[in-house]
Amino acid sequence: MNSALKNTLLFGIVGVMIAYTGFTQSWNTALLILNMGLISAIMALGVNLQWGFAGLFNVGIMGFVALGGLAAVLVSMPPTTEAWAAGGGGVIAALLMGAATIWAAVQVMTRMKPGHLRTVAVLVLIVGGFFVYRAIFDPAVDAVEAVNPAGTGYLGGLGLPVILAWPVGGLLAAGAAWIIGKTALGLRSDYLAIATLGIAEIIIAILKNEDWLSRGVKNVVGLPRPTPYEIDLQNDPAFVERAAGYGMDAVTASTLFVKIAYAGLFAVVLVLLLWLSQRALHSPWGRMMRAIRDNEVAAEAMGKDVTKRHLQVFILGSAVCGIAGAMMTTLDGQLTPGTYQPLRFTFLVWVMVIVGGSGNNLGSVLGGFLIWFLWVQVEPMGLFVMELVTSGMADGSPIKAHLIESAAHMRLLTMGLVLLLVLRFSPRGLIPER
Amino acid sequence: MDLLNAFIALSNYVIVPAMAYGSQLALGALGVTLIYGILRFSNFAHGDTMSFGAMVTVLVTWLFQSWGISLGVLPTALLALPFGILGTMGLVLATDRMVYRFYRAQKAKPVILVIVSLGVTFILNGLVRFIIGPDDQNFLDGERFIVSARTFKAMTGLEEGLAIKTTQGITVVTAVIVVALLFWFLNRTRTGKSMRAYSDNEDLALLSGINPERVVMITWLIVAGLATIAGVLYGLDKSFKPFTYFQLLLPIFASAIVGGLGNPLGAIAGGFVIAFSEVTVTYAWKKVAGYVLPDSLAPDGLLQLLSTDYKLAVSFVILLIVLLIKPTGLFKGKSV
Repeated sequence: MNSALKNTLLFGIVGVMIAYTGFTQSWNTALLILNMGLISAIMALGVNLQWGFAGLFNVGIMGFVALGGLAAVLVSMPPTTEAWAAGGGGVIAALLMGAATIWAAVQVMTRMKPGHLRTVAVLVLIVGGFFVYRAIFDPAVDAVEAVNPAGTGYLGGLGLPVILAWPVGGLLAAGAAWIIGKTALGLRSDYLAIATLGIAEIIIAILKNEDWLSRGVKNVVGLPRPTPYEIDLQNDPAFVERAAGYGMDAVTASTLFVKIAYAGLFAVVLVLLLWLSQRALHSPWGRMMRAIRDNEVAAEAMGKDVTKRHLQVFILGSAVCGIAGAMMTTLDGQLTPGTYQPLRFTFLVWVMVIVGGSGNNLGSVLGGFLIWFLWVQVEPMGLFVMELVTSGMADGSPIKAHLIESAAHMRLLTMGLVLLLVLRFSPRGLIPER
Repeated sequence: MDLLNAFIALSNYVIVPAMAYGSQLALGALGVTLIYGILRFSNFAHGDTMSFGAMVTVLVTWLFQSWGISLGVLPTALLALPFGILGTMGLVLATDRMVYRFYRAQKAKPVILVIVSLGVTFILNGLVRFIIGPDDQNFLDGERFIVSARTFKAMTGLEEGLAIKTTQGITVVTAVIVVALLFWFLNRTRTGKSMRAYSDNEDLALLSGINPERVVMITWLIVAGLATIAGVLYGLDKSFKPFTYFQLLLPIFASAIVGGLGNPLGAIAGGFVIAFSEVTVTYAWKKVAGYVLPDSLAPDGLLQLLSTDYKLAVSFVILLIVLLIKPTGLFKGKSV
């Protein structure tokens, strides 16, 4: 069987599985799986860029995804004018001041000769700058957060169309990736893993605590949509008539229509990114990346700047994750910092890439769909297994209750097991690199 | 008098908690650094190994409590600790046999081992949540304080009280004993020396007849002990909640790297550096400043540099600075 046939078959199987969900459960569920599958596939593409092309281990995908989500809020929400009037200028001034401090410290660090004098100068700059920053920042933040805390209490966004947030999310993630890459690349590979683990936790902490920016755990809800609202469709006589023509009632038809519209938008992004990734992989740049991955020393001997190329691909991959994050928040219509968990956003994407086939873009896309499907379906399956296991036990026994209650944690176990088994017995994944 | 009060307030809120936290981090970082030195990869599963060991200990503690066995003023968990260590030893030996050994034989790249350890992390995490549930568990009993704030005030007549929790005392004492034993083992015994030799130069160690599988096994056993002790002490001092152990990974790795990965002495120093920075940066200095400064200069604000929600950021920033300036750490660690 040639590889093209095999790949079509694999994608076909996943398609049939999703369609089967549509027939047996509901089309609404099937479309939800499809939409998140599309987004997961994009995340997997981003990680494949880092791991598959360049062998970089990023454990901070969650952070980059969350930054994308933040971009969706900052771009699309209407600005809170009173908050801007109350403290917007102060917050901006403080942030600029903070940036200037860091810039000045870096300048001193690079321009002055090493020695005690330099250490003291840098310390004075940073500590002094920090206090000035806090002096401007704190009152401004208090003023912003005091404006209608139950409804807004944050600066809001720019009020632009939400689609614009997707590239912006990519840019934000790229910025964070630059900081991490600058420090941790070029050292041992483990250091990048640890640094990305840290940045992800910190980004989540910022989203949770900086209420002026993202409303923290109060969540931002009601993000504008790129697609029509169900209620508008239901009030549109032309739409109702067409739905009736297909033999559907207006409510079902409108929810399906909105989801299909999202799927269309996401599919466009996915196809575009997939095309770009394929072109990149089969370009001299892609071959150089893989050469670096396979033998850094040899590549360096050939005059390749390994650290720079790593930085480049790390930023690109993180940007793709940021785009996916912005798309996900758009789909949800809300930013809920409390829901970002490393298992769901970092680890799961890794499983997707490795199961799908690291180094192969199509493989990552396949892995995205397949693992997302399993992720959604494992919980009911786990419950089913547990009920089967406990069926012999007496009703009301504490062990039975505990087992059924714990079925939800089966996901962690299953995904860990899937990763280990694939790595051990089929390390090249479903669609291996060519 | 004011200066004394300031010092007591400082000890109460900064020095004592940071000592306890630093000891816990040091024990955790020692485990990470030993794995790094001998098996040569960063073990992401360490946090969840700690959580697993603590869980076994919690379960045995509950069993003892239901039997009415207790240690009087000391927490029963100390009695259950050996069982926790045994359970964790079984676990790490099983994972080594089933998972890591295959990659060791293949001479896989370290980054593959890191990914594998991430897989192990999630399996352990799932296992712990499956067995004990994701919630907070209380297993502390015995006397709560060695010195309580009220008795201290009555004793000294000072305005400020100094409270030392039993768990803090136990943490520091246990850490000292464990570290002393570990260093005695590494420096004085034949097996310990063979471990250090293996860590320094694998080929040379193999040449002189050191059995690598034995070294690896002993490392895992020691790491299991360290992880369980660290996990139980942390659980006693704060509370046992499976997810917090995953979040401890960052400060633990930061400690190990600050000290120099692969260097046990560095791990201990790193643990205290991280703990003290974390506590001082997130502590509100208003009270201390109020005592030290004259009334006219007394501050209005809390004088808190960062809110406690950002304590992770402290370890992270320190980690970045060390990576930028001295990637081998304070004490020379393994090659970069």
